[in-house]
Amino acid sequence: MLEAREIFVKYGETMVLDDVSFELDEGKIIALVGPNGAGKTTLIKVLNGTIEPHYHGRPILYGQDMLSMSRSEIARNIAVVAQENETRFPVTVVEFVLSGRFANGNAFGWETEADVEFAKDALADCDLNGFETRLMNHLSGGERQRVVLARALATNARILLLDEPTANLDLAHQAMMFRLVQRRCLEKGASAVVITHDLNLAAAFADEIIMLKDGRIAAKGTPEEVLTAENVKHVFGVDVLLDENPASGGVRVTNVF
Amino acid sequence: MNRKIIISGTLLIALLGAAIILAALFGAERLPLFDLNEQQMSILYDIRLPRILLGACVGASLAVAGAGLQSLLRNPLAEPYLLGVSNGAALGTMLAFVFFESFELSRPVLAFAGAGLATIAVYQMAKSRAGMNVERLVLSGVIVTTFLSSVIVMLTTLLDAAKLRSFTFWLLGDLSQATTNGVYLSLGAVTIGTIILMSQARALNLMMVGERDAFDFGVEVSRVRVLVFGASSLVVGAAVAASGSVGYVGLIVPHLVRLTVGSDNRLVVPFSAIAGAIFVVFADTIARTAIAPRELPVGAITALIGAPMFIYLLRRS
Repeated sequence: MLEAREIFVKYGETMVLDDVSFELDEGKIIALVGPNGAGKTTLIKVLNGTIEPHYHGRPILYGQDMLSMSRSEIARNIAVVAQENETRFPVTVVEFVLSGRFANGNAFGWETEADVEFAKDALADCDLNGFETRLMNHLSGGERQRVVLARALATNARILLLDEPTANLDLAHQAMMFRLVQRRCLEKGASAVVITHDLNLAAAFADEIIMLKDGRIAAKGTPEEVLTAENVKHVFGVDVLLDENPASGGVRVTNVF
Repeated sequence: MNRKIIISGTLLIALLGAAIILAALFGAERLPLFDLNEQQMSILYDIRLPRILLGACVGASLAVAGAGLQSLLRNPLAEPYLLGVSNGAALGTMLAFVFFESFELSRPVLAFAGAGLATIAVYQMAKSRAGMNVERLVLSGVIVTTFLSSVIVMLTTLLDAAKLRSFTFWLLGDLSQATTNGVYLSLGAVTIGTIILMSQARALNLMMVGERDAFDFGVEVSRVRVLVFGASSLVVGAAVAASGSVGYVGLIVPHLVRLTVGSDNRLVVPFSAIAGAIFVVFADTIARTAIAPRELPVGAITALIGAPMFIYLLRRS
């Protein structure tokens, strides 16, 4: 569905992304992990056409060069959950979520019944029933984060790009977030790229993990392949213990302090 | 669209009708509601109505420009007068007045150009690598405003005494020079400008939350910016060419509208147009009648209400 093909990005003289290539297939979740400054957010921005890569590298959407597509064409296929925003205007939760339907409607028009349905479903999925008329700037950080996720889900886009979606969430909602994304992938053939710092969440929910270090892919593969003591030591510079997660049977990463 | 919105919309239009009728009756000469004599008819149609209708157009123009700029720049303090956009238009008008006096149309055209250039200047100054914060935009507005003011003052030295007096009054915001042509021009500009802004209302709903967000969700950000800057320059240019710099309308009106109907620009823009028209018609009636037969500039009245409101909004943001 989505492909990064030989992506190079430079900020000034610094190489932020250095020859990054991978493919996101239908129904899959890729977790993007790596230390701060590894280029994860930049990569997400390249993947939805916000940042234009250097040289010949391109983000490819359904076989087509994304840089030749219009913003609304991209937005109909790719929804982004970025770092949170704050607005100084009194925007309600339902207005905020409905604004995500922009690319699916005509500019002048009002939302259709279908738009409202998508918004309602997304709010319910994100455990936000009863929040419709609350004001965005009166919500807690975690609640706002869920509204931002609901807006992305309301687009009904097949590809989700999530930049640290669990950063402000409590334990219950962290799991909810990943389960929601997983359900989208199973039921609707959607797929997702998720930036996270939680290696255990990545191990539990991702089909594939990509480890970035200094703009390069340091490791790529299934959680079992990527999450080795050697890789974690090399990329993050810390020693970890790895064993089997008694609940899921997957890998468990424990930091050795 | 729910009932509350339909009711408040109808109410607002009725209020505008009432304001226009009341404004037509009050003035240096009190007019009766029925049975006007010939002299009274002449006052009504030749003097008072053009002025009231121009006031309505000017109010609508400044209010929609304020609503559009605020959402685009994510700043509830953005306003054509405070950003120096009005002063840019004033300088354009003045250049036309001094150098192309025989072409009446040169005034709105140069006013539009001046408003557009001032908008671009403020935007470029306020923009930084870290993004645009509220204070930086307001400060850039102050700098552009004072710079343009000094250019305007220098140009006034080219005027003779009689012209200077009427010019000074105009600069403070003055509707007494209203002509029928001026009304048509203003009405045309505000209609086109409002339609453009309304066509971008959904995009502006995303823009007011964040530029990056808007881009992610399918908005062609730079196109929206050009359209909103263009539309606001158009309406402000026409308003200033006709009536000088009437301040704070674009600040007060959209704020009050948001308190009533919320932040959705598909409502805020048209509601601001009507409410802005009411506000200026009302302010100008005070300007005409408070110390009749002498007059106050309408800009002085709007600033008297608007400046305290600015402080209030600044403290709250």
